[in-house]
Amino acid sequence: MGYTPELMDLIKRCEKTRPERVARKKASIEFPALTLDERQDRLEKYHPDYRPGGLRELKVGPSKGYKLAWEFADTFEARSRVDPDKINLDEVHYDTDVLVIGGGGAGTAAALIAQEQGSRVIIATKLRHGDANTMMAEGGIQAATKGWKDSPYYHYLDVMGGGHFENDPELVKTMVTEAPKVIGWLENLGCMFNKWADGKLFTLHGAGTCRKRMHYAGDMTGAEIMRVLRDEARNRLKDIGVLEFSPAVELLLDDKGNCSGAVLYNLETEEYFIVKAKAVVMATGGSGRLHVQGFMTTNHYGATGDGLVMGYRIGVGVRFLHATQYHPTGAVFPEQAEGLLITEKVRGAGANLINIEGEQFVFEREPRDIESASIIRECTKIGKGVPVPGQAGKWGVWLDSPMIELLEGPGTVEREFPAKFILYKRYGIDISKVPMLVYPTLHYQNGGLAYNSDGSTCVPGFYVAGEVGGGVHGANRLMGNSLLDITVFGRLAGEAAGAFVKERGDVGTLSVEHVRRYHKELEEAGIETDRVSPMVLPDYGNPDVKQRQWTTTYVGTLR
Amino acid sequence: MATAEQKPVQTTNLPLYLAERTDLVPIFIMGKRYDVPSTLTIQKAFEYAGYQLIRSCGCRGGICGACATVYRLPDSPKIHVGLACQTVVQPSMYLAMVPFFPANRAVYDLDEIEPDVKTLLKHYPELAKCMGCNTCTKSCPMDLPVMEYISAALRGEIEKAAELSFPCVMCGICTSRCPAELAQYHIGMLCRRLTGRYINPAAEHVKAQIARIESGRFEGPLRKLMAADLQTLRKLYVDREMEPHGADEMWEPQEKEFL
Repeated sequence: MGYTPELMDLIKRCEKTRPERVARKKASIEFPALTLDERQDRLEKYHPDYRPGGLRELKVGPSKGYKLAWEFADTFEARSRVDPDKINLDEVHYDTDVLVIGGGGAGTAAALIAQEQGSRVIIATKLRHGDANTMMAEGGIQAATKGWKDSPYYHYLDVMGGGHFENDPELVKTMVTEAPKVIGWLENLGCMFNKWADGKLFTLHGAGTCRKRMHYAGDMTGAEIMRVLRDEARNRLKDIGVLEFSPAVELLLDDKGNCSGAVLYNLETEEYFIVKAKAVVMATGGSGRLHVQGFMTTNHYGATGDGLVMGYRIGVGVRFLHATQYHPTGAVFPEQAEGLLITEKVRGAGANLINIEGEQFVFEREPRDIESASIIRECTKIGKGVPVPGQAGKWGVWLDSPMIELLEGPGTVEREFPAKFILYKRYGIDISKVPMLVYPTLHYQNGGLAYNSDGSTCVPGFYVAGEVGGGVHGANRLMGNSLLDITVFGRLAGEAAGAFVKERGDVGTLSVEHVRRYHKELEEAGIETDRVSPMVLPDYGNPDVKQRQWTTTYVGTLR
Repeated sequence: MATAEQKPVQTTNLPLYLAERTDLVPIFIMGKRYDVPSTLTIQKAFEYAGYQLIRSCGCRGGICGACATVYRLPDSPKIHVGLACQTVVQPSMYLAMVPFFPANRAVYDLDEIEPDVKTLLKHYPELAKCMGCNTCTKSCPMDLPVMEYISAALRGEIEKAAELSFPCVMCGICTSRCPAELAQYHIGMLCRRLTGRYINPAAEHVKAQIARIESGRFEGPLRKLMAADLQTLRKLYVDREMEPHGADEMWEPQEKEFL
């Protein structure tokens, strides 16, 4: 356990330059930051979003001609698991008012609010209820709750600036004005936010905020929100049914073109089920497990972007999906920590990024995308990355956490970063004494399906909430706005879906004609493929084993 | 291969294509031998062995509690616990993942209950049967003081139970080992919700801000921002007043027009 002898040797080079770097820091002499022009140049040359050949134009569907990462394009340009000629839609297995697809934060919030509207709800989810990126969100949730210094006006400006002013203004306005209500709602449900003795909530700055408005619950804010929402849903089990290990694989329309349910796949028994519903809320979350451009990810096992392709096939376009958020500092060693997020706070506290020679190569407080591009440049173009033991062709750079001890006093690392300190200690690495080996990691899907501020889309009866949707964050999300996004738009989508159920008459004849049309469009575009989507689960199987599975057939990654 | 200090393991059931490999260690998944690279986590070892994980795999980052695993090493009867995504394989470990445990979970209406020990005992009467054996604490993969928070709950110290149980990932191993059949992690959950709702003081500033929003006072300024051209918006963004990092809680900005 711990670092290999080779790595310990390399760390000596880092230690050699450390006293001088610390002295400079103490004298407030910083590594020169890039100018705006240099930033643009670095992004264009080294950020994965700009890599030539990384993106390609979609050949089919409502966003035909749009350029995005080929891993996404592959998902869209693939056949359904459902054969329109064989499926029998007369036999309905579940009948409900609102079907929520996805059991994370957005889906569970939607289910709770739809139930309060009088709807019967089914949550269909791929893994367990609550197995979602929500659970993994550490930092906090933004909301302008402190009227003496903050308001939705300033929150709006911050969100727009973070998203390069490309965000959908209506969605941003909705998110920032709903934000304090969401905090009140979560508090009332019993979320244990950190507070002062008088009840005032603790708030911190995040990157790109002009006021301290990041509320948090220890360093596991997302987990606290998720388990509270899930616990509440379980208290309402008379009206909210949960189907676990049952991902949706296709949406159903009726003969009038309203969204009317979905086909679920029971991962354990390999049966398909037909759910008829008066409204559907799509809340499948993000897509880190597509490993865009081969990057490791901080995301959950089930984050394969399933909702994107299901929504796309019924005619909902996508936006901002060309922009992927890479977090600059994901762990690359040891292997069991791979992809794990090392919070921005470590660099905020003064830790430099260091190459194999022990040299600093970038100012440590550049924006996320610039920092990522600079690390990639150092490891590829410059060739001064640190080779990751046992993984040929992989590099990292040092995140020099021991500097923090020298700058702020012994014990600071353990006090300020207890979770990471304990985690690394388990691997035999003391991050107050030796640096961490890091590389950019796939973190967030900035874009997704197009939706309106009440969660509605261009297809009646079809609602979108959370990371699967695109627009509110523009091309770049700020820290603390993802937990906000999922709770705000989860609630609104649940409310709108519940209202739609009351207005809607009976569901007409169920149909998958849209699948037939989509398959035809694929053929007409000359796309001949045996790819199927949604992916459902990533393929981490052992190819040697697969070769010996003589009688097994795979459809996509699943047997 | 088994290392020298380990008891030799049976080798006759080793496939020939593995015979020359020296980088592998034997592990016993539910009693069946697989030879896997020694650097893998238990989770990746399952995948290497040929399993497509459906159960027992969630965040792959140590927080969701899906991959609770129990294991034993040769020459000792001791049962160890760990999260499969966080625990590296050890030679000759005998292991099984525990993807689910049928624990008792009470249904309640948070609006109707009170933050006291009666509420806990009404919903979880088995709480009173805790015999203080400390098995729960010893079996927690997060190293939480489980018995301590259960004792606090039983004394009616709900807030303390909430705080001590806060990092719980709800994997359920404590419950699987408890001779008194307590569902510790659900009791902890109830304590935390009672604390968040009733014991911690309410955030009055949140209610005040919601009332201001509902009065419509931000509607005009926000609409103006939405209609602003890019140049204006950029200028407003660049010029916005920053709350200093070291500012205290009651810091106030110069510009008050949009508060």
